Amino acid sequence: MPEQGIDLPQGTLDLLILRTLALGPQHGWAISERIHQVSSKVLLVRQGSLYPALHRLERRGWIKARWGASENNRKAKYYELTKNGQKQLEAERSEWEKLAAAVAQVLEAS
Amino acid sequence: MNTIHDLWMRLRGLLRREAVEQELDEELRFHFDEQVRKFVEEGMPLDEAQRQARLEIGGEEQIKEECRDARGVRFLENLGQDIRYGLRSLRKSGGFTVVAILTLTLGIGVNTALFTIVHGVLLKPLPFPQPERLVSLWERDVIDESSFNPVSGGVFADWERQAKSFEQMALVGEDTANLSGDGGALPEMIGTRQCSYTLFSILGVQPALGRFFSEEDDRHGANGTAVLTYGLWKRRYAGDPAIVGKSISLDAQKYTVIGILPAWFDYPDTRVQLWAPVHHEVSEMDMHNRGNHRFFVTARLKDGVTVEQAWSELNSIQERLHQEFPGDLMGKGANVVSLAENLVRGVEQPLYVLMGAVGCVLLIACLNVANLFMARVTARRKEIAVRAALGGSRWRIIQAQVTESLLLTMAGGGLGALLAWATLRWLLTLRTDLPHAGSIHVDGLALAFTFALTIFCGVVSGLLPALAVTRSELLGPLKEDSRGASGGKKRARLRKALLTAEVALTVLLLIGGGLMLKSFAELRSVNMGCTTDNVLTMGFSLPDARYPTNPQVASFLEQLLVRARAVPGVSRAGIVSVLPGGGYFMDNTFAIEGAPPLPAGQFLNAVVRGADPAYFTTMNIPLKRGRFFEDSDQREKGNAMVITESMARKFFPDGNAISKTLVIDWENKPRFEIVGIVGDVLSDLNQPPEPTMYMPINSGRFSYGSLVVRSDHDVTTLAVPIEKEIAAMDPNLAVSDVLTMEQRVGKSTAAAEFDALLVLVFAALGLILAAVGLYGLLSYLVTERTNEIGIRMALGAQRSEVMRIMFVDGLRPTVAGLGLGLFAGGVCAQLIRSLLFGVQPLEWRVFAAVAFVVFVISAGACTYPAWRAARVDPMTALRCE
Repeated sequence: MPEQGIDLPQGTLDLLILRTLALGPQHGWAISERIHQVSSKVLLVRQGSLYPALHRLERRGWIKARWGASENNRKAKYYELTKNGQKQLEAERSEWEKLAAAVAQVLEAS
Repeated sequence: MNTIHDLWMRLRGLLRREAVEQELDEELRFHFDEQVRKFVEEGMPLDEAQRQARLEIGGEEQIKEECRDARGVRFLENLGQDIRYGLRSLRKSGGFTVVAILTLTLGIGVNTALFTIVHGVLLKPLPFPQPERLVSLWERDVIDESSFNPVSGGVFADWERQAKSFEQMALVGEDTANLSGDGGALPEMIGTRQCSYTLFSILGVQPALGRFFSEEDDRHGANGTAVLTYGLWKRRYAGDPAIVGKSISLDAQKYTVIGILPAWFDYPDTRVQLWAPVHHEVSEMDMHNRGNHRFFVTARLKDGVTVEQAWSELNSIQERLHQEFPGDLMGKGANVVSLAENLVRGVEQPLYVLMGAVGCVLLIACLNVANLFMARVTARRKEIAVRAALGGSRWRIIQAQVTESLLLTMAGGGLGALLAWATLRWLLTLRTDLPHAGSIHVDGLALAFTFALTIFCGVVSGLLPALAVTRSELLGPLKEDSRGASGGKKRARLRKALLTAEVALTVLLLIGGGLMLKSFAELRSVNMGCTTDNVLTMGFSLPDARYPTNPQVASFLEQLLVRARAVPGVSRAGIVSVLPGGGYFMDNTFAIEGAPPLPAGQFLNAVVRGADPAYFTTMNIPLKRGRFFEDSDQREKGNAMVITESMARKFFPDGNAISKTLVIDWENKPRFEIVGIVGDVLSDLNQPPEPTMYMPINSGRFSYGSLVVRSDHDVTTLAVPIEKEIAAMDPNLAVSDVLTMEQRVGKSTAAAEFDALLVLVFAALGLILAAVGLYGLLSYLVTERTNEIGIRMALGAQRSEVMRIMFVDGLRPTVAGLGLGLFAGGVCAQLIRSLLFGVQPLEWRVFAAVAFVVFVISAGACTYPAWRAARVDPMTALRCE
C-alpha cells in the first residue's frame, strides 16, 4: 500500500539527496527508495519532486550524472556527488542542525 | 564557478533539447519499472502494481515541465517555440504578411532616414574641437532693422583691436573664380571663399596634405596661394598629391596650391571649392572701408567667456564705433551667435516639420498593422482557446502574439534600414543646400534608432490585439455555440477606435501637405516683373588680370552682345549684372543732387545693377516713364540711369524723379541722370521688390554678369552656339549656370517644392493605408454581424436599409477621425505658419478639399462591403454562425 508521506520542502529534499549520494552513486529510484527506508517509511519522495530536484542539483554543479547499468542490467542514469556538492552538503548539514536546534529550543521554552 | 556551470548547463539544456528530453523519458520509465517490480515483490498482482505505480507518478507531462523549469531554459524554449510557430503562421497567411511588412518598411525606413538627417544637420555638434566656443559675429541695424548684417573690413579691424572676448577672429568673403583648364580641360567657374589666415586655426582643422595660410600669405601683394577642398582635388586633379606646390590659374592669375582640406570638411557648405587669403584677394581700400559690408566673421571665444558676455562686449564696442564715425555706413550694434545655430538657420523648421510628418506615417503604419492583427485574432479564436485549455496563461498568449508581431516588425525594420540608406543617398544628391551634408550617413546611431522603432512597433502592434482577447473568449469558442460575442464586440470597438486615429493622422498629414503645396504654388506663381518664358541665361566673370581697365571690360561686353545677337535663332540679347531672383547682391549709398544734405548717420541706399539698354526689352521689363538709357548717353550727355518704380516711390514721393541726378558714393563720386522709370523686378521670390537703380554696363564698371537671350524657338538649343562664341572670344573664360529662367526659378523654389511634395506623398500613403484599413474593418464588421443582418432581413428590413446601416457603421469612425484631424490640422497649421508663403494657416480651401477627398475615398471603401451586406441571404445568415 502506498503510504501518505510528509511532503518535504525543497531545500530539505536537496539536503537529503546530497546525503544519500554521499554514500555512493545511485540512480533516481534507488535514491527515493533509500530515503523512504532509512526514514522508517515516513518520508516519501515522489517523482514529481525528485526529478526536478535532481535536475536542479545537476545544474548547480553539486551532482553529476552518467548512464550506466542497473542491478538487473537495465540502462539507468546514475548520479554522484561532486567535490562542490560535498562542500555544499557539509554547509547545508550544519545549517540544518543549527536550525533544528534553534526550533527545538523555541518549542521547549515555556 | 557555479554561475558558469549554471549557464553551461542551461546552454546544454537548450542545444541538446531532443537528447535531454529523451533521457528524461528513459529515466522516468526506469523509475516506473522499478516501482512496479517492488510492488510485485511485495505481493501485488502485476496489473494492480502497474496501476499503483502510475498513480504514484501522477502527471508525467507535469514532471517533465518541472524538470524543464529546473533546467532553467523555460523562457528561451518558449521563445523558440513562439518564433517557430510565428514564422509558420506568417508564411501561411502570405498576403497579410507581405502587406504588413511593406507598411512597416515604409514607416520605419522614412523615419530612420529623416532622423539621420535631423541628427546630422541639427543635433550633432560641429566636427571641430570644442565647437561650443565657435561663434559667428554680425553687424546689426545698418540702415533698416536687420539682425544679421555682413561685416565690413574696417569694422572687423576695429573689433579685432578692441574686443577682448575672443581668442581669434577671421573674415570670410564669398566669391567665384575662373579656374583655367590646364592641359586642354575646359575652364570652370568655381565657388571660392576668401579668409583670414587665422580661420583654420580657429576651427581647429588640420590639412590633409600640405599646409594652410600663414601670416605672410595673407598680405596684399603676397604670392597667390590657394587651399583646395577635398572634393575639388579629387574631381579636378584626380587626387594627385603632386598638385601641392604646383601653381594653378585662377582668374588669369597664378596661385600656388599649398594644401588640401580633409575629406570631411564641408564648412560652410559643399558648394565651396577653394580658399584664398582675404588680404590677397580684396583691395586694401575695401579692407579698411567701414561702409562696405561684405564679410562673414567667425571667431573662437576665449576660455570661460559665454556667448552673452561676448555679445554684450561687442555690441557696446559697435555702438561706440557708430557714434565715433557718424559719416560711415555702419551697424548700430552687433550680434553674436553660436556657429552651429548660424549654420542651420532657415533649415531647422522645415526639418522638424518633416520629422513630425514621418512620425505620423509611422503611427499610421503601426495602427494599420495592429488592425490587421486584430482581424487575425478573431479568425484564430478557436486556436487561442485551445492554447488556454492546455494551460497557457493569458500572459503566455500575449507573449506569443507580441513575438509574432516582432518577427514582422524585425523584417520591416531590416528592410526599412535599407530603404533609409537608399533614400538618404537620393536625398543628398537632391538637396546640396543642407549644411553638414557630409556627416549625414547611416551609422550606428541610425541603426539603433531603427531597432528601437522596430521594438516599439512590434510591441504596439502585438499588444493591442492581444489585450483585446477577453477572458470569456478563452473558454467560449470551445463550446458548440461559437459566437464569441463579447470578444467580437470589444474588438470591433477597438478597431473602430484605431481607424479613427488613423483617419485623424491622415487628415493631419493631408492638411499639412496641402498648405505647403499651396504655399509653393503661390511662390512659383509670383510675378517676378519680367518674362521667364524661353529666356536663356549664362553667367561669366571677367578676370581683372586680363581686363584691368573699364574700357577693356566695356569692349568685351559690347563684342559679346554683337556676337550673341548674330547667332541664328536669337531674337533678343542683353546683359545684366545680377539676374532677377539672383538675390540682393550689391547696394550702394547715394545722394540726390540739389537736395538738402542729410544729417550725419543717415543714408540713402538702393540696390545697384548694371545692364545694357536691350536687357529690359529682352526680359520684357516694362518702361513706365521716360526712356531707357542708350549707348550714346555716355558719350554725349554724361551718365544716364533708370530706376525702378519702388525706388521712385521711396525717394521721389512727389513723382518727379526723371531728370534728377544722383551722386553715387563711389571713389570718384560719379553722377547719373535719371532718364527713365522701369517696372520692379524681384531679386528674391519671398521678398517685396527692393528699390533698384540700373547703370549702363558700357561704362565697364561691371566685369561680371549674365547674358540673357530670348528666342522665338526653343531657347535651349542656343546654349552651345553661344558658348562657342564666348570661347572664341576668350578661351579661358568660364561660363557658369547655363540655365533658362524657368530652371532658375525652379531651382530657387526647389526646397519648398521638395518639402511640400514629400509631405503630400506621406499623406497619400497614409490615405491609402487608411482606406485599406477602412475596407478591411467594414468587411470584418459585416462578417461579425451576418447573423444580425439575417435576423433583420427576416423581420422585414429592406436591402437598402441594411446597406445604409452598414455604410453608416463604417463611416461613423471615419467622420469622427475627420473631425479630429481637421481640428488637429488647424492647430498644427498655426505652428507651421512661418513656412507658408501667401497662404493663411486656416486656408478654408485646403481644409475643404481635404475633407472632401477623405470623405469620398472613405465612402468608396465602404461601398463594397456594405453592398455585400445587402446581398446576404437571410436563410444562410441565420443558419451559419
